[in-house]
Amino acid sequence: MKSFTRRNLILAAFAAAFLVAFGWIIATQGPLAPISVTMAKAAEMRLERTLFGIGTLEARRGHAVGPTVAGRLDKVLVDHGDKVQAGQLLAEMEPVDLDARLAAGAAAAAAASQRVHSAAAALAEAESRARLAKNSAERYADLRRRNFFSQEAADAKAHEAAAALAAKQAATAALAAAKEDARRAQSELAGTGKSRAHLRLTSPVDGIVSARLAEPGSTVVAGQAVVQVIEPDALWFKVRIDQGRSSGLAVGLPATIALRSAPGKTPPGRVARVDLVGDAVTEERIAYVALDAPPENLAIGELAEVTLQLPPIDKALAIPAAALTRQGNTMGVWKLVDDRAQFAAVTPGVSSAQGQVQILSGLAAGETVLVYSSKALAPDARVKVVDSLVKQPQK
Amino acid sequence: MINLAARDVLHGWGKFLFTGIGLGLLIGTTLTMAGVFRGMVDDGQVLIDNSGADLWVVQQGTLGPYAEPSSLRDDTWRSIAGMPGVADTGNAAYLTIQLAHAGKESRVMIVGMDADRPGRPGAPPYLIAGRPIQQHHYEAIADERAGLRVGERVKIRRHDYTVVGLTRRMVSSSGDPMIFVPLKDAQEIQFLKDNDALINERARTAANPAFNRPGVPGLLEAAQASATQARSVNAVLVRLEPGANPDSVAGEIRRWKRLTAYTKAQMEDILIAKLIATSSKQIGMFLVILAIVTAAIIAFIIYTMTMAKVREIAVLKLIGARNRTIAAMIMQQAIALGLIGFLVGRVAAGLWGPAFPKYVLLLPGDAIAGFGVVMAISGLASLFAIRAALAIDPAEAIGG
Repeated sequence: MKSFTRRNLILAAFAAAFLVAFGWIIATQGPLAPISVTMAKAAEMRLERTLFGIGTLEARRGHAVGPTVAGRLDKVLVDHGDKVQAGQLLAEMEPVDLDARLAAGAAAAAAASQRVHSAAAALAEAESRARLAKNSAERYADLRRRNFFSQEAADAKAHEAAAALAAKQAATAALAAAKEDARRAQSELAGTGKSRAHLRLTSPVDGIVSARLAEPGSTVVAGQAVVQVIEPDALWFKVRIDQGRSSGLAVGLPATIALRSAPGKTPPGRVARVDLVGDAVTEERIAYVALDAPPENLAIGELAEVTLQLPPIDKALAIPAAALTRQGNTMGVWKLVDDRAQFAAVTPGVSSAQGQVQILSGLAAGETVLVYSSKALAPDARVKVVDSLVKQPQK
Repeated sequence: MINLAARDVLHGWGKFLFTGIGLGLLIGTTLTMAGVFRGMVDDGQVLIDNSGADLWVVQQGTLGPYAEPSSLRDDTWRSIAGMPGVADTGNAAYLTIQLAHAGKESRVMIVGMDADRPGRPGAPPYLIAGRPIQQHHYEAIADERAGLRVGERVKIRRHDYTVVGLTRRMVSSSGDPMIFVPLKDAQEIQFLKDNDALINERARTAANPAFNRPGVPGLLEAAQASATQARSVNAVLVRLEPGANPDSVAGEIRRWKRLTAYTKAQMEDILIAKLIATSSKQIGMFLVILAIVTAAIIAFIIYTMTMAKVREIAVLKLIGARNRTIAAMIMQQAIALGLIGFLVGRVAAGLWGPAFPKYVLLLPGDAIAGFGVVMAISGLASLFAIRAALAIDPAEAIGG
């Protein structure tokens, strides 16, 4: 009987352990188990706020240098990457007949200037003639008064003097005309020269050639770029920021820029411009962020992640953003009331980059809220408070 | 009066216990199979519940976004948001990809969601660690089954994403864990081609005289820029005002927006009755066969156990034991065996269930039904054994 008793004891212990295991499995798994949750206190804290956008590096000013009239490209003197100075010849269009017209214009101007000399000489002669005729006529008139000559002879001399005066006036006008003609020829020459100079494509700024877009011999239309010149010290990031998270975007905000080519480094920058017109299609706003100290060898078009620092809110009642949830159409948090979850509506404010969200109303400092839960909470759900829901310690 | 059944069991308790445990493992397998079936249905159910939507607006004439591909322009929500009864809308893009991370590959569903303010439809309703998505680029929330940790960086196609939060039970209808990313990133993952394809496409466009005409500078660039846009989403999730009738709002959207809209009930029907119909039937069929086999094995074990005791029963009869006493002994043993089997089975299913790669949902209702069935089969099987035992000739006790 004794062995029976011992065996009974062992069996009873085994059965008891088994039932405990069974009960444990029923209680901790499946729908009957309480929902594990973690808690946090609402507290006054400093909220660092940031805006985030994706930017591409662009030249602040890109100069597309090209001809104003269609034509064939004669030569391109610079290549991609060349440093150029303001006024430096970059490319030249084929002049076609402009050089010949320039020579013709120069010859015409020279001829016109010669004609001015000729007219001046003719004027000098006419003046001399007029002077002689005037003296002669005065002398005849004097002698006529003393009756040495007939009236007829004196009249003839007077007429000669008048005619010589008119001839002098004509010569004066001819000189003026010759001068005008010479000026016209000069202007024409200058105009042709300007047209010719227009075919020489020069750099408007000191900069770097960022693109050579056409080669000698190709025909380019008016306005088409042949060479693109950028100013290397004036690069900035064109940053696209989602409209929904763009409040507070302003010129002057400090920024950190994570360049795709330089992981781990975040050079500082500043918002230099905010476009008044956003992108209605992608629902984004566009800001331009300039680097404080641009590094060498920046590549235009490079992608960067730009984080803008908004002025922080010094004292804000905040809870972890994961605690903020929605029931129906109301935003709120779950509170613990007698080991059961209860929903309380709150008004959320701004959220910080560290995952805190400001609570404007509905919650007092020091109140605890449920943050994480092992499944979706429902009103009056039984909950069990734990420290963490994941095994690994959070980084 | 001594309990004959207990005495008999104690006489050969090791054999009895191991028979019970063996039976239990079989019952555990059956319960697990039921759990797999329930888990499958539940995967579809949580997909619907966790999206937080009352209506799904998809491309006209498709069963999207889960059962069929559906493509909408990502500004479609604007016209839907203005309709009466609509409280909030959220764009959603879904894409199942093979994610390689830390040397391992796993299948995950990338979910693109509007992350501009908390509580948009499509966002995960609860987290188990970390924080919600705050940036509109390159942040991710992962289901814990994806094997990621908070703070880890994971490369999806072109970009590295920081895991900022973890959630639980956010799976696709086929049980793949979800990774939530901002919508614009998901669009890029889904619609933007790889670099080689882009370059080839540009070369093709450049070779097309319609897009590369001499004398029209800029035309080629414009054509190429328009070809690399990612402006589509798979569905618009709609949350309704309290009291709005989902059917009438869906009807309005279907009628005036020339789109297809599904209510929650319709979406459940699509997911559970259409999408996983065949595979759930497959599992269901297997479950039925397993249940029949389990029942048969319980019956056989009890029958052979009784038959092994022919001599003892004959002796009992010989010493004048009543039929009722013998029947009670057999019945009690059968019930006890069934009970041990069920308990072991339930514990076993509970222990190995979480180790399954997909979700195994052990419902209390299923367990109770399983308990009833096991007890009924045990009782039924014992009836055959009792009938055989009562037919035993007491002479066998002394005969050969």
